[in-house]
Amino acid sequence: MSSMGVIMLVHTAFGRAEQLARHWSAAGCPVVIHVDKAVPKKTFNAFKLALADLDNLHFSKRHRCEWGTWGIVAATQDASELMLERFPEVRHVYLASGSCLPLRPVQELVDYLEERPNTDFIESATTSDVPWTVGGLDEERFTLRFPFSWKRHRKLFDRYVALQRRLRFKRKMPNGIVPHMGSQWWCLTRQTLSGILEDPERKRYDRFFKRVWIPDESYFQTLARQRAQVIESRSLTLSKFDFQGKPHIFYDDHLQLLKRSDCFVARKIWPYANRLYDVFLSAREGAANPTEPNPGKIDRIFAKAVDRRTRGRAGLYMHSRFPNHGWENGTTSGQYSVLQGFSDLFEDFESWFAKATGANVHGHLFAADRVEYAKDQSVINGALSDSAEIRDYNPRAFLTSLIWNTRGERQCFQFGPADNQELGWFIAQDPNAQISVISGAWAVPLFRSNRNFHELRKEAAKLQRIESEFLDVLRSPHAKARIRIWTMADFIENPMEHMQTIIDEIGFKSLRRLAEAPKMNDLTGFGQFLQNLKNEGMHPYLMGDFPVVGNLTGQPQPSPKPYLVR
Amino acid sequence: MSDNTAKIGSEDILLFSTQRNERIRLPYFLKYYREIGVDHFFIVDNDSDDGALEYLMEQPDVSVWHTARSYKRSRFGVDWLNWLQMKYAHEHWCLVVDPDEFFIYPFCDTRPVRALTDWLDASSIKSFSAMLLDMYPKGRIDAQPYREGQNPLEITSWFDSGNYMIEKNGKFGNLWIQGGPRARTFFKEKPGKAPALNKIPLVKWDRRYAYVSSTHMLLPRGLNLVYDEWGGEKASGVLLHTKFLDTFTAKAAEELERGQHYAASVEYKAYADTLKDDPDLWCKWSEKYINWRQLEILGLMSKGNWA
Repeated sequence: MSSMGVIMLVHTAFGRAEQLARHWSAAGCPVVIHVDKAVPKKTFNAFKLALADLDNLHFSKRHRCEWGTWGIVAATQDASELMLERFPEVRHVYLASGSCLPLRPVQELVDYLEERPNTDFIESATTSDVPWTVGGLDEERFTLRFPFSWKRHRKLFDRYVALQRRLRFKRKMPNGIVPHMGSQWWCLTRQTLSGILEDPERKRYDRFFKRVWIPDESYFQTLARQRAQVIESRSLTLSKFDFQGKPHIFYDDHLQLLKRSDCFVARKIWPYANRLYDVFLSAREGAANPTEPNPGKIDRIFAKAVDRRTRGRAGLYMHSRFPNHGWENGTTSGQYSVLQGFSDLFEDFESWFAKATGANVHGHLFAADRVEYAKDQSVINGALSDSAEIRDYNPRAFLTSLIWNTRGERQCFQFGPADNQELGWFIAQDPNAQISVISGAWAVPLFRSNRNFHELRKEAAKLQRIESEFLDVLRSPHAKARIRIWTMADFIENPMEHMQTIIDEIGFKSLRRLAEAPKMNDLTGFGQFLQNLKNEGMHPYLMGDFPVVGNLTGQPQPSPKPYLVR
Repeated sequence: MSDNTAKIGSEDILLFSTQRNERIRLPYFLKYYREIGVDHFFIVDNDSDDGALEYLMEQPDVSVWHTARSYKRSRFGVDWLNWLQMKYAHEHWCLVVDPDEFFIYPFCDTRPVRALTDWLDASSIKSFSAMLLDMYPKGRIDAQPYREGQNPLEITSWFDSGNYMIEKNGKFGNLWIQGGPRARTFFKEKPGKAPALNKIPLVKWDRRYAYVSSTHMLLPRGLNLVYDEWGGEKASGVLLHTKFLDTFTAKAAEELERGQHYAASVEYKAYADTLKDDPDLWCKWSEKYINWRQLEILGLMSKGNWA
């Protein structure tokens, strides 16, 4: 007979429980089974009968085990007493459930424990040190009373907790013991376990813990601290919990992961995971070099799942993630640049900027008649259409989709007062947006156009009003984007310096320095054009001051050679 | 017409569908859902004359009802199915899908649908979202004939990955999703008329529940909260919609004539107009379907906290 006994708490999937009980028993481990009292008598009797041929297996007194209540502790106590009494050779008692599965040959676990004859494996941490618990009850699990069922009378449960909080009700720990919590699944030595069960103060402790919330995660975890010689504060059972405190379940496709974890026992296993049961319950060779359990990789996978469920992927809007305003964890999925006025001032600006930054540089994505994608495409990543109607139907979905679809590739687009302005606030509040504005540059295409003056005047007034509103948004204290605004006059005084700032921030590391400056449109006569507008009573001011005649402010005459930036 | 409901066990997963003249699709449809673990099929046959009814009546795990009445007046089949579900589906997990819809969920290549429903039960989740993803072939949709028993995804293996538009429906609390190839081609001048793609096809049924409009939304409203509003992702799947086979052109013409579809068949009119000239939904940025993991990475579905 083995020096390790196994207690199994069972309430469902009896076929699997029977298989497991036989597995433990066949390895020489005595087994004591507790079956939840809620299980119908007929089912229980059939289960008992099925295992009647095993002489190292007993059934303990049945308790009703509702989640979070004392019944599970009472069941464990009785089963432990029976185990210690009936099987005197047992040195370690392993607490398991019907959905636990041994991943390594049982003998390896027995050997492991025999090498550590005085060690208790029980996760046990003080409440103040770990922020594990879900739902905010940690220390209060001990200090409040919980007469109402959390599952069946949730409202009463919550109200009673709130009431006690208001009354500042607090229970005292008996004998000044320090509350500890941890995984329900432990492996204790005979010395420690019998010490807890035979403690002269046990009645007092039991009375206290009967009113503690989820005592199966604290009763043995707290009292073992009073008794144990050596505590290894970890569970030998691999058991992961999700963000609601519900155990993760293992399926057939976790086979390789579980094999490589080198853990002794894992839970919970889905009862229909046939492959897992077949593989792990068949006789197997032990590892050549018995190793320590290493659940690191499994930990990471489940931690990622929790993160996905609670924080999600930034900038993604889909049918199971549609965050309320302010809860997006990032309204877009990546950084992008919005350029206003640049393509008005410079010839063929988009292709120049694309070369300088390595980014995908679009035209006016929000132009009135169609979406001006880079390279004049009619559809781009994600099969986004260039239809202005579709874009304007839900501009926010359009932009967030564009940024999401092109993850990993920087997007830049031209923007201006002639475009759909609906997303002004959205962009301004997005920390992923880099917004650069040369204000008043919209006047350049008007100046160069061949239209009737009264039309131009009307258009200029409209564009100036719209741009001015957008600038107000950008200057609002609520704006979170990286924003730069120059008047056109300021910008052309030293265009390459400003341009370099924008490009550096985009962070494209080109091997070559910018060799060539973009060519500025010929502005001869622009000052006079602005003066004409003024003479008509329309005062353009967003572009700054331009002299009516002669040279532009500080700007050399259009030189035959473009600038060189060093 | 054929009632096999006596065979249903208390834990069985049920599937409900309406169909009309889908004989050619039925063998693969039944095979697909049997393989992922559906135990029993409830099918309302709307006056088929292509042998579909006879075929269904031969199936031991299918119960069939027949009606010659108006699809439109039954609110597009919802009333028929609500009645059947009220009667037979209480406390069962139920899938409601059309014969051209294939349910994809996280880990569907390694875990049967019961793994999902067990997990939903354990998580106290009662309804599960699966957006409709329109699939289409490369080239003219009538270029490759569909053979009975064939996986339609062999032909309609392409989809639009990132052009969906979502709004919240304040009245029922559900999301309203439009987009995909139909919005991109048929409705580019009037995207507001593009069909809804939000669907909640998997529900732990209770006789007090009801679908309001197709499987787009449910009552009580809480069942429509299949999405997270605080930044996280809930687990969700996709319904691969294989409508655009070579059979579609004929079907569109027939349905247009019958006038039995939503909003005075505006959808079918738009199809008929566009498809006549150039029946190709494929574009340079169409994505070819590989598996659920691809859809997850693209953000069209999510594992949520199921791992």
